[in-house]
Amino acid sequence: MSLSKTTCAALMTRLGKVLSKHALLHDEEALRPYECDGLSAYRQLPAVVCLPETVEQVQAVLRICDELQVPVVPRGAGTGLSGGALPDHAGVLLVLTKLNRILEIDAPNFCARVEPGVRNLALSEATRPLGLYYAPDPSSQIACSIGGNVAENSGGVHCLKYGLTVHNVLGLKMLTIEGELLDIGGKTLDAPGYDVLALLCGSEGLLGVIVEITVRLLPCPECAQVMVAAFDDVAKAGAAVGNVIAAGIIPAGLEMMDKLAIRAAEDFVHVGYPKHAAAILLCEVDGARVEVPEELQRVRQIMLESGAFEVRIATDEAERALFWKSRKATFPAVGRLSPDYYCMDGTIPRHRLAEVLTRIEALSEQFGLPVANVFHAGDGNLHPLILYDANREGDLTKAEALGACILRLCVAVGGTITGEHGVGIEKLDGMCMQFKSSELSQFLRVKAAFDPQGLLNPGKAVPTLHRCAELGAMHVHRGQVPFPELERF
Amino acid sequence: MQTWLPAEFMQTSEGKAADAILRSCVHCGFCNAACPTYTLLGNELDGPRGRIYQIKGLLEGSPVTAQTQSHLDRCLTCRACETACPSGVQYAKLLDIGRAEIAKRVPRSVPQRLLRRALRWIIPSTRRFGLMLMLARALRPLLPSAVQRYIPLAKPSGVWPQVRHSRRMLILAGCVQPVLEPGIDSSLARLLDRHGISAVPVYAGCCGAVSHHLTAAEQTHAHIKTTIDALWPSIESGIEAIITTAGGCGAMLRDYRHILREDAEYSAKAARVTELCRDPVQIIEALPIDAAAKGRRVAFQAPCSLVNALKLEGRVEAVLQRVGFDVLPVQESALCCGSAGTYSILQAGLANELRERKLKNLYLAEPEIIATANIGCLTHLNAASQIPVAHWLSLLEMD
Repeated sequence: MSLSKTTCAALMTRLGKVLSKHALLHDEEALRPYECDGLSAYRQLPAVVCLPETVEQVQAVLRICDELQVPVVPRGAGTGLSGGALPDHAGVLLVLTKLNRILEIDAPNFCARVEPGVRNLALSEATRPLGLYYAPDPSSQIACSIGGNVAENSGGVHCLKYGLTVHNVLGLKMLTIEGELLDIGGKTLDAPGYDVLALLCGSEGLLGVIVEITVRLLPCPECAQVMVAAFDDVAKAGAAVGNVIAAGIIPAGLEMMDKLAIRAAEDFVHVGYPKHAAAILLCEVDGARVEVPEELQRVRQIMLESGAFEVRIATDEAERALFWKSRKATFPAVGRLSPDYYCMDGTIPRHRLAEVLTRIEALSEQFGLPVANVFHAGDGNLHPLILYDANREGDLTKAEALGACILRLCVAVGGTITGEHGVGIEKLDGMCMQFKSSELSQFLRVKAAFDPQGLLNPGKAVPTLHRCAELGAMHVHRGQVPFPELERF
Repeated sequence: MQTWLPAEFMQTSEGKAADAILRSCVHCGFCNAACPTYTLLGNELDGPRGRIYQIKGLLEGSPVTAQTQSHLDRCLTCRACETACPSGVQYAKLLDIGRAEIAKRVPRSVPQRLLRRALRWIIPSTRRFGLMLMLARALRPLLPSAVQRYIPLAKPSGVWPQVRHSRRMLILAGCVQPVLEPGIDSSLARLLDRHGISAVPVYAGCCGAVSHHLTAAEQTHAHIKTTIDALWPSIESGIEAIITTAGGCGAMLRDYRHILREDAEYSAKAARVTELCRDPVQIIEALPIDAAAKGRRVAFQAPCSLVNALKLEGRVEAVLQRVGFDVLPVQESALCCGSAGTYSILQAGLANELRERKLKNLYLAEPEIIATANIGCLTHLNAASQIPVAHWLSLLEMD
C-alpha cells in the first residue's frame, strides 16, 4: 500500500516545519541512492528521506509519523548486509548520520556518550590518545555507525574475547514511535529492573529509534601481536581453531580466510600471504607485555602441530595493522573477483567447522557459483561470500537458493542463521527455519508492546507466521529440501 | 553492482568504461568514511557511493535535474575514496564521464556559465593571471583586510642555476605558480644542481587540470597538447624526468596517457610524458641530502594529489624527517583541505569549512611551520593560517 495523496501532502507539510529543505528529500532523483543499504540486491524507494540534526527533530518526525500512521525505517551509515535499512515504499527513511557528535568521553569511568551517527572507528580514534578504545570492531568499522551497531548487535574480529555490541553498551536513549524519550541503563555495568538494554541491542529498529548510546571503553592492551598461519588444507585450519581454544587460550581474534578470500585481499592490501595456502588463520594475542610473547609461542606451536606449513608473526605495529586492514577489507575486496557477492552470516559449533566448510564447497559446486570464505573462526561465525553476477539472468535467484542451503546447513549442525549481521529483510525465511511458531509469536508480542501500530521498520527481522507457513508449503511443493532431517513447521 | 546502461551507450568506449567501473562497486560504503563532503554533510547524495549511484541513474537514462549536478559539483575529486576502496573502483574516471554527461543534459545558469568560462580563461594563462594579480596587488591597500588576505604579496623568484651537468631533468612551471610562488621551482633547481642534476624550466601554461576539472574536454586536450609540444624536444634529446612541484599538475600528467588514449597523433607522446613524470620527492629521496633542520617542528599537509593520485603517502614526511625536521602527527590527515583547483572559488562555503577543519588539525601539535606540496593547498591555507605555510622544497633551503 502506498501513501495516499492526502497523507503524503500532510506529511510533507508537517515535516517541512521541522526540517530544513536540504534535510527533507522527496523527489525520485534524490531518493534513488537511498533505495538500498549495503545489500544492494534488495531495493525499494522510500516515500521520503529525513536527515534530522537534533534529537528534537527526530522526536518531532516520529510524532508526525505516529499521528499520520506512516511507517518509519531508521538508517545509520547504510553499511548493513541484511537489508535492515531497506526503505518502506510508503514510509519515511529516517537517516541518523547527521547526529554524529561524541558527546562525552568519561575516561576515569571508562565510558563515552555518543550520538548514533558516530562512526565506530572514529570513536576509537578519538579515545586512543587517552589510552582507551571501543572493542567491538566490525569489518566495516571504518564506515559503520555505532547506532547501526546497536541495532544489529554487531560483532567484529575481536568479539571472541571482548564480546558483541551488547556486551559493550552501558546505556541508551531511545525514542518510542510516540516520540517518548526513554533513558535505559546508565554508566554502570548493571541497572535495576529488567535488562531492557539487552532486548534493544539487536532489535533492528523494530522497537524504537536510538538517539544516544553510552558505550564501555577498554584500556588499550599494553601489547598485541598477530600471526598468520598457513595451511594446505581447509580442514586442517578448521581443526587448528578448535585446538587453540581447547588449549585454554582465548585469542583477541581468530580469523580464517580461504584461497579466494586471500586472493581478493592481496589484490588490495599487499601483505604477502603464502600463495599456495588453501586457508590461513589470523590469530591475535593481546595483554601484558610479559605474557603475550609466551602465549603467542604456544599458539604457534599448536598451529604447527595442527599442520600449518608456515607461521609468520607481524614484525611491528605497522605490519599488524596491515594484517587487520587486509582482513577487514576482504568483503568489498571480493568485488575485484566478481561484480557482486552475497554475504552469508551463519554460526556453527566450532568443532563442526571443517565438516561444514567441506559441505559448503560441495554446495558451491552443485550450484555452479564460487564461494569465498572469510570469517570469525574462533566464535564459529561463518561468512561465506557467494560470488555472482547480477547482470546475468537467474544468478541472484541461484545465489539466494545457495545461501538458503548454507543457512539450513548451519541450523542442521546446531548453529544459527545469523551471527552478527542481523535478520533484516534477507533472513526472514531463515527465521522460519530457526524458530517454532510459538517462539515467533512471542517475538511479535514484544514488538507490539513497543510499537502497537507496527510502524517501526515493518516487515523486518521477525517473519509473520503466515509467511513461515507459506514457505514450508512452498518447499514441500518444489521438493527442494536438502536437509530432510530438519524439523519443519 | 547491477547495471542497465543503454545498448547504444555500451558501444562507446565511455560506456564500456563506465559499466566496468559501476560493476566493480559493491556498495559497501567504506568510501563515505573517507569523503570530505560526506563527513561535513552526512548525506548519502554527497558521498562517493551516492554519487556513483547518481551517475549510474544518469547514464541509465533516469531523469536528472540541477539537483544531481549540484551533488556532482560538490565533489572535490580529492580521490580519498579511491584510496579507501577495497574493490578498486576508479571513481574519478567515472565522475569525469558523469560530469560530461550531465553537462549535456542540464544547462547551467548564465552567471554560472560566465564564471566557469572566466576561470578557464584567466587561470590557465600565466600572463592573464599575472595581470589580474598585479592589479589586485595594486588595489590591495584600498581593500578591507578580510579581502587582503586572499591577495598574496609578490615573492622573490630566486636564482636559477646554469645548466652544467650531463644529468638533465625538466621542471614544468605550470600556470599560476610562476606568478604566486616563483621561488619553489628555483629552489628545487638549486638543490638538484648541488647534487649533479641540471634542471631546465619549461613554461607551457596550464597542464590541462583546470579545464579538466571544469569539464571542458576540448580545452583540456588543447592544453595537454601544448604542454606535450613544449616538452617534446627535450624528451627526444633524452632528459631523465619531467618534474612538477605542484602535486595537482603531477596528478594530471599521470593521467595524460588515459585522457589522450584515443588520439591518433598524440597517444604515444602522452604515454611517454606519463612515464617520465615524477614528483620531486621521488628524485630527492634518492639524493644524499645533509641533515640541517635541527629539529624544527613541522606539520605536513599531504595534498590529496600526492596521496591519492600519485600514491606517494608518507614519502615527503620521511625526507623531512631524514634532514632533521621534527615531523608532527596530523589528525585526519587524509581529509582534503578544500583547495581542489577551482573548488575553493566555486564552492567557497564547503572549501572554507574544510580549511578551518584542516588548520585546526594542523595546529594541534603546535608546529613552527606548515609544509605542503601543492600550490593550490599552499595558497588556500595561507589565506587563513595563523602559522606560515610553505612548500616543503623551500624548507630544505632554510637555515
